[in-house]
Amino acid sequence: MSTQTGHIDAAGKKMGMWFFLFTEILFFGGMFLLYSIFRYKYAQDFHNAAAEENIVLGTVNTAILLTSSLCIALSISAIRRGERFFSSWLQLVTIVMGVAFLVIKYFEWMAKIDIGIYPDSPVLLKMGGGQTLFFGLYYVMTGLHGLHVLVGCVVIAFMMHFTMKQTINRGNVARLENTGLYWHFVDIVWIYLYPLFYLIT
Amino acid sequence: MKDSSGETRIIATRAYVAVWLVLLVLLAATLAVARLQLLARYSVLGSLLIATVKAGLVLAFFMHLKYEGRFLKGLLLLTLSALGLFIGLTFADVWYR
Repeated sequence: MSTQTGHIDAAGKKMGMWFFLFTEILFFGGMFLLYSIFRYKYAQDFHNAAAEENIVLGTVNTAILLTSSLCIALSISAIRRGERFFSSWLQLVTIVMGVAFLVIKYFEWMAKIDIGIYPDSPVLLKMGGGQTLFFGLYYVMTGLHGLHVLVGCVVIAFMMHFTMKQTINRGNVARLENTGLYWHFVDIVWIYLYPLFYLIT
Repeated sequence: MKDSSGETRIIATRAYVAVWLVLLVLLAATLAVARLQLLARYSVLGSLLIATVKAGLVLAFFMHLKYEGRFLKGLLLLTLSALGLFIGLTFADVWYR
Protein backbone atom coordinates (compact mmCIF):
# COMPACT_ATOMS: atom_id res chain seq x y z
CA MET A 1 0.00 0.00 0.00
CA SER A 2 1.51 3.32 -0.99
CA THR A 3 0.27 6.57 0.51
CA GLN A 4 1.42 10.16 0.46
CA THR A 5 3.15 9.71 3.79
CA GLY A 6 5.31 6.95 2.36
CA HIS A 7 5.24 3.23 1.99
CA ILE A 8 3.53 1.26 4.74
CA ASP A 9 4.26 -2.47 4.63
CA ALA A 10 1.15 -3.67 6.47
CA ALA A 11 1.59 -7.28 5.29
CA GLY A 12 5.20 -7.39 6.52
CA LYS A 13 4.25 -5.96 9.92
CA LYS A 14 1.50 -8.51 10.30
CA MET A 15 3.83 -11.36 9.33
CA GLY A 16 6.36 -10.17 11.93
CA MET A 17 3.66 -10.22 14.60
CA TRP A 18 2.63 -13.74 13.66
CA PHE A 19 6.25 -14.92 13.88
CA PHE A 20 6.39 -13.49 17.39
CA LEU A 21 3.14 -15.28 18.24
CA PHE A 22 4.64 -18.58 16.98
CA THR A 23 7.44 -18.18 19.51
CA GLU A 24 4.80 -17.45 22.15
CA ILE A 25 2.95 -20.65 21.24
CA LEU A 26 6.14 -22.63 21.87
CA PHE A 27 6.86 -20.65 25.05
CA PHE A 28 3.49 -21.49 26.61
CA GLY A 29 3.56 -24.90 24.89
CA GLY A 30 6.50 -25.96 27.04
CA MET A 31 4.45 -25.32 30.16
CA PHE A 32 1.41 -27.10 28.75
CA LEU A 33 3.72 -30.04 28.05
CA LEU A 34 4.88 -30.07 31.69
CA TYR A 35 1.28 -29.86 32.86
CA SER A 36 0.18 -32.82 30.74
CA ILE A 37 3.09 -35.04 31.81
CA PHE A 38 2.59 -34.33 35.51
CA ARG A 39 -1.17 -34.66 35.18
CA TYR A 40 -0.62 -38.06 33.60
CA LYS A 41 1.73 -39.13 36.39
CA TYR A 42 -0.28 -37.69 39.30
CA ALA A 43 -3.89 -37.91 38.01
CA GLN A 44 -5.48 -38.26 41.46
CA ASP A 45 -3.42 -35.46 43.05
CA PHE A 46 -4.31 -33.10 40.19
CA HIS A 47 -7.95 -34.08 40.59
CA ASN A 48 -7.90 -33.23 44.30
CA ALA A 49 -5.88 -30.04 43.90
CA ALA A 50 -8.11 -28.66 41.12
CA ALA A 51 -11.07 -28.88 43.52
CA GLU A 52 -9.41 -25.99 45.42
CA GLU A 53 -9.88 -23.66 42.46
CA ASN A 54 -12.68 -21.10 42.50
CA ILE A 55 -14.70 -22.12 39.46
CA VAL A 56 -16.99 -19.07 39.62
CA LEU A 57 -14.10 -16.59 39.45
CA GLY A 58 -12.43 -18.66 36.73
CA THR A 59 -15.60 -18.67 34.63
CA VAL A 60 -16.21 -14.93 35.12
CA ASN A 61 -12.63 -14.23 34.08
CA THR A 62 -13.05 -16.34 30.94
CA ALA A 63 -16.19 -14.39 30.01
CA ILE A 64 -14.34 -11.11 30.64
CA LEU A 65 -11.43 -12.05 28.36
CA LEU A 66 -13.73 -13.31 25.59
CA THR A 67 -15.68 -10.04 25.73
CA SER A 68 -12.49 -7.96 25.74
CA SER A 69 -11.42 -9.79 22.58
CA LEU A 70 -14.71 -8.75 20.96
CA CYS A 71 -14.06 -5.12 21.98
CA ILE A 72 -10.55 -4.91 20.51
CA ALA A 73 -11.78 -6.59 17.29
CA LEU A 74 -14.63 -4.05 17.04
CA SER A 75 -12.21 -1.17 17.70
CA ILE A 76 -10.22 -2.21 14.61
CA SER A 77 -13.39 -2.30 12.48
CA ALA A 78 -14.33 1.12 13.87
CA ILE A 79 -11.01 2.77 12.95
CA ARG A 80 -11.28 1.25 9.47
CA ARG A 81 -14.59 3.06 9.12
CA GLY A 82 -12.88 6.24 10.35
CA GLU A 83 -14.68 6.27 13.72
CA ARG A 84 -11.79 7.47 15.83
CA PHE A 85 -13.59 8.19 19.07
CA PHE A 86 -15.65 5.01 19.06
CA SER A 87 -12.47 3.04 18.36
CA SER A 88 -10.56 4.60 21.28
CA TRP A 89 -13.55 4.09 23.54
CA LEU A 90 -13.60 0.37 22.66
CA GLN A 91 -9.85 0.20 23.36
CA LEU A 92 -10.47 1.78 26.75
CA VAL A 93 -13.18 -0.81 27.50
CA THR A 94 -10.68 -3.54 26.55
CA ILE A 95 -8.11 -2.14 28.99
CA VAL A 96 -10.73 -1.92 31.76
CA MET A 97 -11.64 -5.57 31.18
CA GLY A 98 -7.96 -6.58 31.23
CA VAL A 99 -7.54 -4.78 34.55
CA ALA A 100 -10.75 -6.39 35.90
CA PHE A 101 -9.29 -9.78 34.93
CA LEU A 102 -6.12 -9.01 36.88
CA VAL A 103 -8.03 -7.75 39.92
CA ILE A 104 -10.06 -10.98 40.03
CA LYS A 105 -6.81 -12.93 39.62
CA TYR A 106 -5.38 -11.00 42.55
CA PHE A 107 -8.28 -12.03 44.81
CA GLU A 108 -7.93 -15.65 43.65
CA TRP A 109 -4.22 -15.68 44.45
CA MET A 110 -4.75 -13.94 47.79
CA ALA A 111 -7.44 -16.47 48.79
CA LYS A 112 -4.90 -19.25 48.18
CA ILE A 113 -2.02 -17.45 49.85
CA ASP A 114 -4.26 -16.88 52.91
CA ILE A 115 -4.69 -20.63 53.38
CA GLY A 116 -0.96 -21.11 52.98
CA ILE A 117 -0.87 -22.24 49.37
CA TYR A 118 1.95 -20.38 47.65
CA PRO A 119 5.23 -21.53 46.10
CA ASP A 120 7.57 -23.12 48.65
CA SER A 121 5.08 -22.67 51.53
CA PRO A 122 5.13 -25.28 54.34
CA VAL A 123 1.50 -26.21 53.65
CA LEU A 124 2.20 -26.79 49.98
CA LEU A 125 5.38 -28.77 50.55
CA LYS A 126 3.55 -30.99 53.04
CA MET A 127 0.89 -31.84 50.44
CA GLY A 128 3.64 -33.48 48.45
CA GLY A 129 3.88 -34.95 44.97
CA GLY A 130 1.28 -33.99 42.45
CA GLN A 131 -0.53 -31.33 44.48
CA THR A 132 2.67 -29.34 44.96
CA LEU A 133 3.32 -29.60 41.24
CA PHE A 134 -0.26 -28.59 40.38
CA PHE A 135 -0.10 -25.37 42.40
CA GLY A 136 3.43 -24.66 41.21
CA LEU A 137 2.24 -24.90 37.61
CA TYR A 138 -0.87 -22.88 38.52
CA TYR A 139 1.22 -19.98 39.81
CA VAL A 140 3.74 -20.09 36.97
CA MET A 141 1.20 -20.43 34.16
CA THR A 142 -1.45 -18.00 35.42
CA GLY A 143 1.35 -15.67 36.54
CA LEU A 144 3.01 -15.55 33.12
CA HIS A 145 -0.40 -15.29 31.49
CA GLY A 146 -1.30 -12.41 33.84
CA LEU A 147 1.96 -10.70 32.90
CA HIS A 148 0.91 -10.96 29.25
CA VAL A 149 -2.46 -9.38 30.12
CA LEU A 150 -0.67 -6.55 31.92
CA VAL A 151 1.67 -5.95 28.96
CA GLY A 152 -1.37 -6.05 26.65
CA CYS A 153 -3.13 -3.35 28.69
CA VAL A 154 -0.07 -1.08 28.53
CA VAL A 155 0.29 -1.62 24.76
CA ILE A 156 -3.40 -0.89 24.17
CA ALA A 157 -3.03 2.32 26.21
CA PHE A 158 -0.32 3.38 23.74
CA MET A 159 -2.62 2.47 20.85
CA MET A 160 -5.34 4.70 22.35
CA HIS A 161 -2.82 7.52 22.41
CA PHE A 162 -1.89 6.90 18.75
CA THR A 163 -5.54 6.65 17.76
CA MET A 164 -6.37 9.99 19.38
CA LYS A 165 -3.27 11.57 17.79
CA GLN A 166 -4.46 10.05 14.49
CA THR A 167 -1.13 8.41 13.73
CA ILE A 168 -3.30 5.31 13.75
CA ASN A 169 -5.99 6.05 11.19
CA ARG A 170 -8.12 4.28 8.61
CA GLY A 171 -5.14 4.07 6.23
CA ASN A 172 -2.62 2.95 8.84
CA VAL A 173 -4.06 0.36 11.21
CA ALA A 174 -1.16 -2.13 11.36
CA ARG A 175 -0.09 -1.34 14.94
CA LEU A 176 -3.63 -1.65 16.27
CA GLU A 177 -4.20 -4.84 14.29
CA ASN A 178 -0.99 -6.37 15.68
CA THR A 179 -2.05 -5.36 19.18
CA GLY A 180 -5.37 -7.10 18.52
CA LEU A 181 -3.57 -10.27 17.36
CA TYR A 182 -1.52 -10.27 20.57
CA TRP A 183 -4.60 -9.73 22.74
CA HIS A 184 -6.50 -12.55 21.02
CA PHE A 185 -3.52 -14.85 21.48
CA VAL A 186 -3.48 -14.12 25.22
CA ASP A 187 -7.21 -14.89 25.20
CA ILE A 188 -6.55 -18.26 23.53
CA VAL A 189 -3.94 -19.19 26.16
CA TRP A 190 -6.56 -18.53 28.84
CA ILE A 191 -9.14 -20.57 26.89
CA TYR A 192 -6.87 -23.58 27.56
CA LEU A 193 -5.81 -22.62 31.10
CA TYR A 194 -9.45 -22.41 32.20
CA PRO A 195 -10.43 -26.07 31.65
CA LEU A 196 -7.00 -27.37 32.72
CA PHE A 197 -6.97 -25.64 36.11
CA TYR A 198 -10.63 -25.04 36.96
CA LEU A 199 -12.77 -27.66 35.24
CA ILE A 200 -10.81 -30.90 35.08
CA THR A 201 -11.33 -32.41 38.49
CA MET B 1 -6.38 -6.98 5.97
CA LYS B 2 -6.89 -7.51 2.26
CA ASP B 3 -8.95 -10.22 0.65
CA SER B 4 -8.13 -11.83 -2.70
CA SER B 5 -9.56 -8.89 -4.66
CA GLY B 6 -7.19 -6.52 -2.84
CA GLU B 7 -10.00 -4.73 -1.06
CA THR B 8 -9.66 -3.99 2.62
CA ARG B 9 -12.19 -6.17 4.35
CA ILE B 10 -14.10 -4.82 7.31
CA ILE B 11 -15.79 -7.65 9.14
CA ALA B 12 -19.33 -6.63 10.06
CA THR B 13 -20.07 -5.87 13.70
CA ARG B 14 -22.89 -8.41 13.54
CA ALA B 15 -20.46 -11.19 12.57
CA TYR B 16 -18.14 -10.38 15.48
CA VAL B 17 -21.01 -10.25 17.95
CA ALA B 18 -22.32 -13.59 16.63
CA VAL B 19 -18.88 -15.19 17.16
CA TRP B 20 -18.75 -13.73 20.67
CA LEU B 21 -22.20 -15.15 21.50
CA VAL B 22 -21.15 -18.60 20.27
CA LEU B 23 -18.01 -18.33 22.45
CA LEU B 24 -20.15 -17.58 25.51
CA VAL B 25 -22.48 -20.48 24.71
CA LEU B 26 -19.43 -22.76 24.44
CA LEU B 27 -18.19 -21.43 27.79
CA ALA B 28 -21.54 -22.35 29.35
CA ALA B 29 -21.39 -25.75 27.62
CA THR B 30 -17.90 -26.55 28.90
CA LEU B 31 -18.95 -25.54 32.42
CA ALA B 32 -22.05 -27.77 32.21
CA VAL B 33 -20.05 -30.72 30.87
CA ALA B 34 -17.56 -30.41 33.73
CA ARG B 35 -19.95 -29.73 36.60
CA LEU B 36 -22.70 -32.19 35.68
CA GLN B 37 -20.19 -34.88 34.71
CA LEU B 38 -22.12 -35.23 31.45
CA LEU B 39 -19.36 -37.10 29.67
CA ALA B 40 -18.17 -39.03 32.71
CA ARG B 41 -14.74 -40.42 31.93
CA TYR B 42 -14.49 -38.47 28.69
CA SER B 43 -14.87 -35.09 30.45
CA VAL B 44 -11.18 -34.18 30.03
CA LEU B 45 -11.38 -34.89 26.31
CA GLY B 46 -14.69 -33.01 26.09
CA SER B 47 -13.32 -29.92 27.86
CA LEU B 48 -10.24 -29.80 25.66
CA LEU B 49 -12.29 -30.29 22.49
CA ILE B 50 -14.58 -27.40 23.43
CA ALA B 51 -11.51 -25.27 24.27
CA THR B 52 -10.09 -26.09 20.82
CA VAL B 53 -13.33 -25.08 19.10
CA LYS B 54 -13.26 -21.79 21.05
CA ALA B 55 -9.60 -21.20 20.14
CA GLY B 56 -10.43 -22.00 16.51
CA LEU B 57 -13.24 -19.42 16.45
CA VAL B 58 -10.97 -16.74 17.93
CA LEU B 59 -8.23 -17.61 15.39
CA ALA B 60 -10.55 -17.76 12.38
CA PHE B 61 -12.62 -14.63 13.00
CA PHE B 62 -11.03 -12.33 15.60
CA MET B 63 -7.53 -13.01 14.25
CA HIS B 64 -8.82 -13.13 10.64
CA LEU B 65 -7.02 -16.39 9.89
CA LYS B 66 -10.01 -17.38 7.74
CA TYR B 67 -9.08 -14.59 5.31
CA GLU B 68 -5.32 -15.19 5.32
CA GLY B 69 -3.35 -16.89 2.60
CA ARG B 70 -1.97 -20.40 2.60
CA PHE B 71 1.50 -19.25 3.63
CA LEU B 72 0.49 -17.96 7.04
CA LYS B 73 -1.90 -20.86 7.66
CA GLY B 74 0.91 -23.26 6.75
CA LEU B 75 3.33 -21.58 9.14
CA LEU B 76 0.80 -21.82 11.98
CA LEU B 77 0.25 -25.48 11.16
CA LEU B 78 4.03 -26.00 11.19
CA THR B 79 4.30 -24.37 14.64
CA LEU B 80 1.44 -26.42 16.07
CA SER B 81 2.90 -29.58 14.52
CA ALA B 82 6.24 -28.85 16.18
CA LEU B 83 4.49 -28.47 19.53
CA GLY B 84 2.50 -31.65 18.86
CA LEU B 85 5.74 -33.46 18.06
CA PHE B 86 7.37 -32.28 21.31
CA ILE B 87 4.37 -33.44 23.33
CA GLY B 88 4.05 -36.72 21.42
CA LEU B 89 7.74 -37.63 21.76
CA THR B 90 7.79 -36.73 25.45
CA PHE B 91 4.75 -38.91 26.10
CA ALA B 92 6.32 -41.74 24.14
CA ASP B 93 9.28 -41.47 26.50
CA VAL B 94 7.06 -41.44 29.60
CA TRP B 95 4.95 -44.37 28.44
CA TYR B 96 7.75 -46.69 27.35
CA ARG B 97 10.38 -45.79 29.87
